Amino acid sequence: MELICPAGTPSALRSAIDAGADAVYCGFNDETNARNFPGLNFSRDELRKGIAFAHSRGARILVAINTFPRAASVALWQRAADDAVDAGADALIVADIGLMDYVARRHPTQRLHVSVQAAAANPDAIAFYVESFGARRVVLPRVLSVAEIAEITREVSCETEVFVFGGLCVMAEGRCSLSSYAAGKSPNMQGVCSPASHVAYEETAQGTTSRLGGFTINRFAPQEAAGYPTLCKGRFSTAHGDGYIFEDPVSLDATMLLKGLRSAGVAALKIEGRQRGRAYIESVVRHFRRALDTLEDGNEADIVSLKPFTEGQASTLGAYRKTWR
Amino acid sequence: MMNPSAASGHLPTIPPLLALAIRPLPLLPLQFALDGFLQRIVRRNPGLLDRLGEHRRARFGIRPLDLPFAFIVEAAPPRLAVVRELPQRLDACVSASLANLLALVEGRVDGDALMFSRQLMIEGDMEAVLALRNTIDDAGLDLAVELASLFGPLGEPPRRSFEIARNRLTAPRESR
Repeated sequence: MELICPAGTPSALRSAIDAGADAVYCGFNDETNARNFPGLNFSRDELRKGIAFAHSRGARILVAINTFPRAASVALWQRAADDAVDAGADALIVADIGLMDYVARRHPTQRLHVSVQAAAANPDAIAFYVESFGARRVVLPRVLSVAEIAEITREVSCETEVFVFGGLCVMAEGRCSLSSYAAGKSPNMQGVCSPASHVAYEETAQGTTSRLGGFTINRFAPQEAAGYPTLCKGRFSTAHGDGYIFEDPVSLDATMLLKGLRSAGVAALKIEGRQRGRAYIESVVRHFRRALDTLEDGNEADIVSLKPFTEGQASTLGAYRKTWR
Repeated sequence: MMNPSAASGHLPTIPPLLALAIRPLPLLPLQFALDGFLQRIVRRNPGLLDRLGEHRRARFGIRPLDLPFAFIVEAAPPRLAVVRELPQRLDACVSASLANLLALVEGRVDGDALMFSRQLMIEGDMEAVLALRNTIDDAGLDLAVELASLFGPLGEPPRRSFEIARNRLTAPRESR
C-alpha cells in the first residue's frame, strides 16, 4: 500500500519524503484547494521545484484541485489544472465533475484521482467517474466501515485510497454547509473550513472561549484538551443536554487496522493535515512508514501513541469500526 | 523518529525561582541583542517573510509564560522590543513557554498540537498568526546556526553552547 502524505509548504514536502512518503499531496496558494489558509501552500515555482525534488527521491506529487469552481471563475480552476500538469504532477485530485471533464479532455494522459470532497461512497458513483473521466483512483469518504471498503474495492475498476490518520469530517464531505452558515465561507467553495478571519479566542479565568463568525462554539477549561474551532466540534446546549452534538474533537488513527485495509484491497493510505507543521508531518509519516514496513515483513504494526498530535488529545477508529449500527 | 512528546510540545519550563531572579534585570541590553539577531536572521534568509503576504505589517506580541518579560515583534521592517507588559494595541498575541516558543521558531513542534494540549494561547488576528506560523515553519531556521553566524569564524563555541542549552530545554518531560 502506498503512503500518501500531506504538505502545506516546501519544507513540509521535503520532511514528508525524508520520513518515508511514497507520495505527497499539496495544493496551490489559492481557493482551488481545500486547505486555503494564510501563508500555506505552493506557488507555481515552488510546486515545480517540489516535484523535481520528489522525483529525484523516487516519490510522487499529487496536486489537490479539489474545491468546486464558482460559475464566474471556472478559469481559475482550469488554469490550476493546466499549471499542475505542466509542472509534472503525477496525479490531480479533483472533486468537481466539470473540472474532471476539462482535465479528461484537455490532458487525456494525466492521471486523475477522485477527491474525498466528491463524496463518492458507492460503486455506481465511482463507476461514473471511471467511465466518464478515466479516473484511476478514488479517495473514499470517511463514512465507510472496513467491510464496506472491501466490498466497494472488489466492485470498482479503479484503485481505492483511504484516510488512516488526522482530522475527521462527520458530514458528507464536499456538501457540508456548517462553515458557510457561520462564516459565509466553506471548504467546498473557498477551501476554508472555519476561516481564520472569522475565528476568535478569548482567554478568561474560566478558560478559553472560541468563537466562529460571532457564534460562541466552545469553552475549554484551563487544562481541558481542545479541538479545531469548527461548528461540527462545537459544544452546545440543546433540549437533549449540553455537549458535543455533532462530533467529539478527536482524530482518526487507523494504525491497528492496516492489516484489514490491506486485506480489503486498498491501494493507498492517506494522512490528513496539510495545515499542520513539519513536526507533525515528520512524526506521523515516520510512524506509518514503519508500521507499513513492519506489515510487509509479516509482523504486526507497533502501536505508538500519536495522541499528542490528535485533536482533543484523543483518537478514534471512526466509521472504520462502526459501533452505532 | 522524532519523539511525539517533544514534537507536540511537552517541554520543560523555566524554574520559577530563576524567572524571579532575572526579573529586576534591565531589558535594554536584551532588546539590543535580540533586535540585532532578528535583523541578521532576516538579512541572511532572503524571502523568509514572503509567506506573511498581507500580514507583513502586523505587530505580534510574544509572551513566554515562564519569563517575566515579553516581546513585540514586527516583520517589515524587522524590529523586536522587549517589554515587561504587552500593550493592548497589537494585531495578535501568542503565549507559550519559552521552550515551546523556541521550538516553534525552529519547526520542532506542531502549533496545532500545542493548541490542542492547551500549551499555546492565541488572541487577536488569527489570519496573521497562521501566516506567521506557516512562514516560520517553512523557513526551517536553526537558531544555533543563526547565532554562530553572528560571530563569524569564532561561531563554533556559541553554536555548541546554544545547542547544549537547547537540548536541555527541549528534552521532553513526562507526558500528561
